[in-house]
Amino acid sequence: MAVVKLQRPKLNLGEKIYFGALIKGFFLTMTHAVKTLRGKSVGAESLASSGLGVTMQFPEQRWDTHMPDYYRGAPTLVTDEQGRERCVSCQLCEFICPPKAIKIKPSEIPSDDPWAKVEKRPLEFDIDMIRCIYCGLCEEVCPEQAIYLRKDYLITGLKRADMVHDKKKLYEIGGVRTGLVNKWNELK
Amino acid sequence: MDLFQIAIIITKIVVLTFIVVLPLVPLSVYFERRFSAIIQDRVGPNRVGIPFTLLGFKKDFHFFGLIQPIADGLKLFLKEDFTPDHVRKAFYWLAPALTVVPALITVCVVPFGSPISIFGHAEKLLVADLDIGPLFVFSVASLSVYGITLAGWSSNSKFPFIGGVRSTAQMISYEIALGLSIVPVLMYFGDLNLSNIVQQQADHGWLLLPLWGHDADHTLTSKLLFWFPAAIAFLIFTISIFAETNRMPFDLPECETELVGGYHTEYSSMKFAMFFMGEYAAMVIGSALIITLFLGGWSIGFGLDAEVAKLHIGDFYFGGFIHMGCFLTKLIAFILFFILVRWTVPRFRYDQLMKLGWVVFFEAALINVFLAALIVAAPDLEKTIIGIGAILLVVLTASVIWVAKVSEETPKTLRA
Repeated sequence: MAVVKLQRPKLNLGEKIYFGALIKGFFLTMTHAVKTLRGKSVGAESLASSGLGVTMQFPEQRWDTHMPDYYRGAPTLVTDEQGRERCVSCQLCEFICPPKAIKIKPSEIPSDDPWAKVEKRPLEFDIDMIRCIYCGLCEEVCPEQAIYLRKDYLITGLKRADMVHDKKKLYEIGGVRTGLVNKWNELK
Repeated sequence: MDLFQIAIIITKIVVLTFIVVLPLVPLSVYFERRFSAIIQDRVGPNRVGIPFTLLGFKKDFHFFGLIQPIADGLKLFLKEDFTPDHVRKAFYWLAPALTVVPALITVCVVPFGSPISIFGHAEKLLVADLDIGPLFVFSVASLSVYGITLAGWSSNSKFPFIGGVRSTAQMISYEIALGLSIVPVLMYFGDLNLSNIVQQQADHGWLLLPLWGHDADHTLTSKLLFWFPAAIAFLIFTISIFAETNRMPFDLPECETELVGGYHTEYSSMKFAMFFMGEYAAMVIGSALIITLFLGGWSIGFGLDAEVAKLHIGDFYFGGFIHMGCFLTKLIAFILFFILVRWTVPRFRYDQLMKLGWVVFFEAALINVFLAALIVAAPDLEKTIIGIGAILLVVLTASVIWVAKVSEETPKTLRA
């Protein structure tokens, strides 16, 4: 391999004395300070700053309205427009989940149920939000489009048990999702 | 000395050290965090306050986050004070105290304000009116290098050791520039008593702003002529103070990127806080010294000091407190300058640091001494002698620069 000799740049006297650069630096830092105090930092507008630097100050200001469409928040379960739970407890999400956050206990749908032909639904569906890494693989892998990453990001709890989302909670956050999977409908 | 005087001295020690200077340490930590944040387009700590909402009020009171340092201190206080098994215990415990104590001792010679007087009894606003002020500061402040060195050595681990060695070399090198750089100043004032130095500056203009109080002994031309050596001395002194206090462009002893935390890697809880405090106390004292020597100390300037000193209610002359306020304002402004430098100048390489200390500042300070001597003595000398002196000075400067340039090793070229 050829050796490339790097030539250090020749500095002139002004650069060697170093003070010019220092004073330039002072001006730069002070410009930042002044701009921060006036709320005119670069990017302050697009980042919806609180008026001090580019920072949005959390509990009072939230970025909910600034959230992009592709934002991956908490994974949730959804029902369809007829109130049917979409999950058929195939357990693909449980198997793909990299941190093993999902635990499903499948169960059979009794024959007198209007949705008896779907055959299976989860009896228990727990997502441990301490383990969840919000990767979205569960959403990706779900053949029934039953699990979605919603935009909820404030998942907090006072103990570990609080951080496990059970089926009820998951449907509560997830809500109704319409369209796409229609194969279980009578109409078809 | 009677009991009354002892009581006064003890009051002064308690008030000046524990009520004026010590709170400046957490305050400067707050300023550091807040000003750094503002420089970096952030907000900084602005939340910690008194939680009035817990008491049933509608709003919390934040004080702009000014309570933050207390919260930090409380946190450090409540942390586990862990002493590793492999350290040399006695020195390990001694080191933090050795960094704080010298910095706080030097407070006693800093004049905080002009004398105040009650019922005809005048009292200077400083603890010890020593006639060797700056020398006392240097001799005591240089003890703090022991704290850092002992911390590095007694931790008995690699990174602290390297940090300790670095700080020893750095502080000893810069002490020379520090001491030499103020020789012109002392020559100019002809006095080593800090309160007299400030009084002179109040009467005849600050060393770096000599625009008022001209008389036969202090003509404007002589003062303006001395401005040049004073400015050089100020520059060297300030930068050396940065190196002495291990502040940012020269914070190699605790250089996080290379040495984890440097000499205080093995410390936790209050012992770590003591190092922190010592560092900031040194910064406060360093700024106080710079202000006292070069920027007029407590003096408001522009000939206003005599009027302020005359202010009184009955027999109580309180101008000293106004001067004290002026001094503290200057102090905080200088601390902000310290922080500004921290976020402006990148860290020096170790060899650059040593070169700056030994090759540049040492020589510059030495030449500056001769220059200042020439300017101070000029009115009493004949023109020919001044001319010869000036020529000698130029020759000396040129030769020093030449030697520095010749002795500079050219880097060996790599053989391809």
